[in-house]
Amino acid sequence: MDIFGSFALLVALGAAVYAFGGGIAGIWTRRPLLTKTARNAGMAVFGLVTLAVATLEYGFFTDDFSLSYVSAHSNRALPLYYKFSALWAGQEGSLLFWTWLLSTYAFLALLLNRRKHPELMPYVGVTLAGVQIFFLTLNNFITSPFHVFGGTDPSGALHVARLSDGSGLNPLLQYYEMVIHPPILYLGYTGFTVPFAFAMAALLGRYPGEKWIHITRRWTMVAWCFQTVGILLGAHWAYAVLGWGGYWAWDPVENAALLPWITGTAFLHSVMMQEKRGMMKVWNVWLVFVTFLLCILGTSLTRTGVVSSVHAFAESSIGSWFFTFLGVVLLVCLAAWWKNRDYLRSDNQLDSLVSRESSFLFNNLILLAACFAVLWGTLFPVLSEAVTGNKISVGPPFFNRVNVPIALFLLFLTGVGPLLAWRKTSYDALKRNFAWPLAGGIAAGVLAFAFRFRDLYPLVCLILSVFVTLTILAEFYRGGRVIASRDRTNLLTAVGELTMRNTRRYGGYVIHFGMVLIFVGISGSAFNQDKQKEMSVGDTLALGPYTILCQNFDQPSTANYSSDRATLEVFRDGKSQMMLYPEHRTYLASQVSETIVAVESTPLRDLYVVYAGHSPETGRPVIHAYLNPLVKWIWFGGIVVVLGTGLAMFPNRSSALLLRPVGEKTWGENRSPQAATAGAPFLERTGHD
Amino acid sequence: MKAQKKFLVGSAIIVVTLSALAYVGYTQSKTYYHTIGELSTLPASELHQRMRVSGNVRSGSISHRDGRIDFVLEEQGQALPVSYVGTDPLPDTFKDGAQALVEGRLATGGGFVAEQVQAKCASKYEASPTGQPPPSPAPGQSLNPSRGWSTG
Repeated sequence: MDIFGSFALLVALGAAVYAFGGGIAGIWTRRPLLTKTARNAGMAVFGLVTLAVATLEYGFFTDDFSLSYVSAHSNRALPLYYKFSALWAGQEGSLLFWTWLLSTYAFLALLLNRRKHPELMPYVGVTLAGVQIFFLTLNNFITSPFHVFGGTDPSGALHVARLSDGSGLNPLLQYYEMVIHPPILYLGYTGFTVPFAFAMAALLGRYPGEKWIHITRRWTMVAWCFQTVGILLGAHWAYAVLGWGGYWAWDPVENAALLPWITGTAFLHSVMMQEKRGMMKVWNVWLVFVTFLLCILGTSLTRTGVVSSVHAFAESSIGSWFFTFLGVVLLVCLAAWWKNRDYLRSDNQLDSLVSRESSFLFNNLILLAACFAVLWGTLFPVLSEAVTGNKISVGPPFFNRVNVPIALFLLFLTGVGPLLAWRKTSYDALKRNFAWPLAGGIAAGVLAFAFRFRDLYPLVCLILSVFVTLTILAEFYRGGRVIASRDRTNLLTAVGELTMRNTRRYGGYVIHFGMVLIFVGISGSAFNQDKQKEMSVGDTLALGPYTILCQNFDQPSTANYSSDRATLEVFRDGKSQMMLYPEHRTYLASQVSETIVAVESTPLRDLYVVYAGHSPETGRPVIHAYLNPLVKWIWFGGIVVVLGTGLAMFPNRSSALLLRPVGEKTWGENRSPQAATAGAPFLERTGHD
Repeated sequence: MKAQKKFLVGSAIIVVTLSALAYVGYTQSKTYYHTIGELSTLPASELHQRMRVSGNVRSGSISHRDGRIDFVLEEQGQALPVSYVGTDPLPDTFKDGAQALVEGRLATGGGFVAEQVQAKCASKYEASPTGQPPPSPAPGQSLNPSRGWSTG
């Protein structure tokens, strides 16, 4: 089977090379047959890589321990779903999986557009094939997942050795979220390749009009949504499994996933400047390029150990391949931009500081600042060693100091931006849109202050969260009321109708609201408490409103692991609330230890208890309890963001009266006079499309 | 043009503020990484910085004392006596021969006072039948101290 799999990969590389070379030849010679065969070759890559993936999965499911990758990441006793997910447990398999997802995206992009944009698609196909060639080269020649044990004897005959059992999957990965988290994050990372291909194609082909930017935006939203969910699932996994009481540590791998998310977010906003006002064309193209470059950088950071080599352990040889590829892509981007820079000339200029444009500009400026700070902090050990010879790493205080004010400013813009008019907003419009939300936010702040809620950043976050939420609600209310009075329906139906008529706008508001929830959840971390104590049976530990009483210690060990477990009873106001069973396991075969955290999660706070180990002096068990307020809001906010993104990608429903196909103007331009006074900013827009 | 100028001024204020915050954060959290060999050649000005040092725990060197744990780290024939004064229990993986990463400061007497110790079982990856490097973690898996490393 291994031969079948590696052969499929080799043919896939051949197909990608043809899609690349044939595609270029097709563009050059303008021969439709060449272009068509190149496209078909690009689509065939998907089928061939699928065969390779299926072969490797077959190896896992049939316990084929002659494959070194299978034996390193699986064993006979592993449950079936973990055998499935073991595919991406290690370097070779995860890179293969990566290539497969990329080929899936490429296949879909080519298939869905096969009869559209004949001037654009050949360039898209060539760009996608170029990226695929790189990854398939790695899969074939550098990190092949199909190595077998054994060798050739003097006569040249091949002898395959087979182990009796594999060494099993890392227990940290044996958690249900680990089955879905990597694929979703990968779908984010790889998904940004498609917008990159379209942007590159539009630039190289000097594709007229803004059509490509609509296509790019849609694909970016898909990738962005996966990236968001992937990051949040990773945070949740870290929180639930690693047992250090937090969900985000500004660790290089986390940062690597955050970077393209930040630039992707910036693009999704600034793209509107181009659609409506023909501005920021260079900026947008570079945002797409940089997002793709950061995805490649992130991929290489997660698997080459360049940054975590501060620890000087796992290092891998594929780093130089990735950095060469990064350099090549950057050069291609620079060349494409330089050659076609006149194609990207801006149609308009900034008219006023208090305008939608300006809020987008500030949004982009600080998102880029955040991206730069995170990138800088992540790469600092490498940079400082190159410059001064000393490896210096920076920790969470660096990242927090820069990013917390940025996040709050973004939150402010989230409330303000969508309600500002294009070009220029009048004072009256400002007052009408913001008076009540602002009053509400300040009232909430004063109330909180009166209740001894005095930390600056959380207080600002609270005020802004209330403000933003009120602006969003007001938007739904104002629009809904107009439809309700015109169609004589109730307000709720009208809001639904309103949303479905302009899914992009109102889906965007839902996403914003989800982000508010996430911000509230994160600001809760300012009030985290924790306590650590050596405990014997009968001892108590008081934390916040809870008292933890130690009932029992036992060792529920199995043949697989040795374990220490505590039985804790949690009291509140003298009443027994629940039992918690934190556990500490050490897996015997791998000597990897695992913490089984006991969490009691409520919307207001999580009680998070860890069996931390044994005191070195007395040998008594040590229990570490954390009280983390509002963590649940983060996960819930993530769900809201996903729903909002789904909504925003849903096609607009056109009403019986208004038969305009797409665009935000459908609604704003055709409102009744009453609506015009309620939402004047709509009318001040001058659209481009 | 006026609006553009205003925007530029606003941007400049934001960038300067953020740079100042970044600098403060940097001075608060910068940690040097040194090998044991480098410690003896450090200039006096750098001796009191917060730093990380890694090495293998010398067999038989771990001794529990009152309020601290002493052990010796070794790397390429160089040795460094370490006193761990932190409050967290040491990880299970911290034992003779383990690879350890200590974070803290040099003591005036020449030893190292560690506030944090991370350890990784040295044998963990040696059993790999192919002699391959250890599998890299899945992306998104956080590299915080608890992964692979156990903190104490």
